[in-house]
Amino acid sequence: MNNKEKLLKEEILRMSGVNPVKCMRCGKCSGTCPAYDEMEYHPHQFVSMVESGDIEPLLESKSLYRCLTCFACVDRCPRNVEPAKLVEAVRLLAVRKQGANHLKPEDVAAVLDDDTPQQLLVSAFRKYAK
Amino acid sequence: MQRIGVFVCWCGSNIAATVDVKAVAEALKSEPGVVYSADYQYMCSQAGQDLIKEAVKEHNLTGIVVCSCSPRMHEATFRKTAAAAGLNPYMVEIANIREQCSWVHKDIPSGTEKAIILGKAAVAKVNLNTPLTPGESPVTKRALVIGGGIAGIQTALDIADAGFPVDIVEKNPTIGGKMAQLDKTFPTLDCAACILTPKMVDVAQNDKIRIFSYSEVSEIKGFVGNFDVTIRKKARYVKEDVCTGCGLCVEKCPQKKIPNEFNLGMDNRSAIYIPFAQAVPKVATIDAEACTMLKKGKCGLCSKVCTAGAIDYKQQDELISEKYGAIVVATGFNPISMEKFDEYAYSQSKDVITSLEFERLTNAAGPTAGKLLRPSDLKHPHTIVFVQCVGSRCASCAEKGKEYCSKICCMYTAKHAMLTRDKYPDTDVYVFYIDVRTPGKNFDEFYRRAVEEYGVHYIKGMVGKVTPEGDKLKVRASDLLNNKQLNIDADLVVLAAAIEPDKSARPLATMLTASMDTNDFFTEAHPKLRPVESPTAGVFLSGACQGPKDIPETVSQAGAAASKVIGLLAKDKLTGNPCVASSDELMCNGCSSCERVCPYGAISYIDKEFRMPDRTVAIRRVASVNPAVCQGCGACTVACPSGAMDLRGFASGQIMAEVDAICK
Repeated sequence: MNNKEKLLKEEILRMSGVNPVKCMRCGKCSGTCPAYDEMEYHPHQFVSMVESGDIEPLLESKSLYRCLTCFACVDRCPRNVEPAKLVEAVRLLAVRKQGANHLKPEDVAAVLDDDTPQQLLVSAFRKYAK
Repeated sequence: MQRIGVFVCWCGSNIAATVDVKAVAEALKSEPGVVYSADYQYMCSQAGQDLIKEAVKEHNLTGIVVCSCSPRMHEATFRKTAAAAGLNPYMVEIANIREQCSWVHKDIPSGTEKAIILGKAAVAKVNLNTPLTPGESPVTKRALVIGGGIAGIQTALDIADAGFPVDIVEKNPTIGGKMAQLDKTFPTLDCAACILTPKMVDVAQNDKIRIFSYSEVSEIKGFVGNFDVTIRKKARYVKEDVCTGCGLCVEKCPQKKIPNEFNLGMDNRSAIYIPFAQAVPKVATIDAEACTMLKKGKCGLCSKVCTAGAIDYKQQDELISEKYGAIVVATGFNPISMEKFDEYAYSQSKDVITSLEFERLTNAAGPTAGKLLRPSDLKHPHTIVFVQCVGSRCASCAEKGKEYCSKICCMYTAKHAMLTRDKYPDTDVYVFYIDVRTPGKNFDEFYRRAVEEYGVHYIKGMVGKVTPEGDKLKVRASDLLNNKQLNIDADLVVLAAAIEPDKSARPLATMLTASMDTNDFFTEAHPKLRPVESPTAGVFLSGACQGPKDIPETVSQAGAAASKVIGLLAKDKLTGNPCVASSDELMCNGCSSCERVCPYGAISYIDKEFRMPDRTVAIRRVASVNPAVCQGCGACTVACPSGAMDLRGFASGQIMAEVDAICK
């Protein structure tokens, strides 16, 4: 783990309050995840990748936005690892990143549909357009 | 004035690496009473002990301080050495300069300083030591085994084999325990009943063994060698010595809708019942909660059909008092409740079962006569999913599961999977595992055979959710090695439930004053070196009440517990511990504080005549300690408000002298 990875890992552990070494690699989180097939990295991989400092690929991955935050993994984890909180922390880190323009005005047309409330777009701009 | 010899042990480098032993010996030379001081590499060796013996003779020593390891290790050794040299063994004190000093310090100056202080404290104590002589107590040559499963059966047989009488107390109507409910046993696949029932018959036929079935221990008093036990023999409304076990009453009983415990509620039994064909004693029992005659006073059919006249609706619970020299706890285990594991749908679907239920479903005497049929519609299941570690290794859910590994599940699941594939080759069998743990003779080979020869699909990963849908169970699980999520339409899901100690263990431990861990497993006197003894003298442990174990391990432990019991019962007298409480009658104010705190019931109050200074006689109520019962815990010495109670060998004056020496 290089220095940058170490700092990222510490940041995520601090934000999430999760201790990934408690994981016993049973995979129940991924077994229970309803968004599994949508994800490139699955809940159990989040835990082990954060533990080994492999966080850059997670920050880049669309998996972050596929997690429904349903907390099934948190509820069913036999070791109290709480993977969803870890996903949430990585997501926050990605969202808070300075200069990362996650939502450009020209992308709006593509994501717009009748069901999406305008309020959501406004808050998305506030959150993601930096 | 004492003449004290100080002996400082190096313990190889264990002590000498962080304690300057020569400096310790030198520093203690000038302590009051010390006339001789030496150091040696291994004080516990024969040569080291000879050194002590010679010094006692040469310097006329009256007391000995050994600066060495914990008294738990070698106090007995050095007491024997002292006795061999003609000293009272209780004139020996150990200063623990290893576990509490050299092992915890990193540098020589601080280690040495502490060792000297600990040595000084021991010297200060020996200065006040007085010779003590242990008392003796007789041994009742009879053993009690609590629990009649394979552990209790084996222990009782082994004790009886040595010629001592044994009583087994079993709370169910028959002995046999969990093993009687199993179908086959791993790794050899012998039929459980075929190897268990001969032992049950041996117990029944052994004239040294009495079985108190349908009975519970209700009170335990006394101490090692002399336990007074009250056994409550519950009313079974059938005269045990008259009933022939013909089963006619069971057949004729009109009340047939009672869930059958033996088949885990998967079929029904009648209100009067014999648990299974090979039950010992083979005697019917009336379930008072279900019997119409006992509840409403109408029916009485069993009494009419019984040709032996064994039915007795007026039978009462009977209390039996008996004396025992030793008690063996063999209370066993139960699978934990699956009700709280909602994700596995145990409460929602009849086709989600536990492994013990699976045993009954495959057993010839079970609810399906040995045919593997799913409970909901009695159809043959084609896809069967086994889930391991349900509730085991579960740190998150104290109210749901257990933090420990239940140890037996990996092997019985491999057995179930293998036998299913063997008997029903048209089935698809999946086993979801976190780790496969199969240490044991021929165990891993057995598991590999399930995979390689029988084609069981072992998948690394846990099942996340089971959802009943139509007549299928949708199983969603992860396959960690292929990094895939699996969705399986299963017909039957079998949960390897964690095991926990039987609920009767906790109240029993309280009665025995035997210690338990946080999971309610009985603790051993030493986890490695005294694995079958409870720290409470005279109480021994057999089987799963001490921790999860399979049958081979249980039987070995049962034999080991029996050998410890035989060792105890073979003695005519037991030497007690002389370090017991004693009361200064002149100071005792008769307040009963000590009597109330004594966990062993060793203190009673007597009225005693005292000559007063004015030559009158007064009768005062004072505490009296039974030295045979007292375990020397010291609770009474703390409770005593007037300072009358003291512990021999650990008197308040001696303890204060130690504290003074440390604080000087």
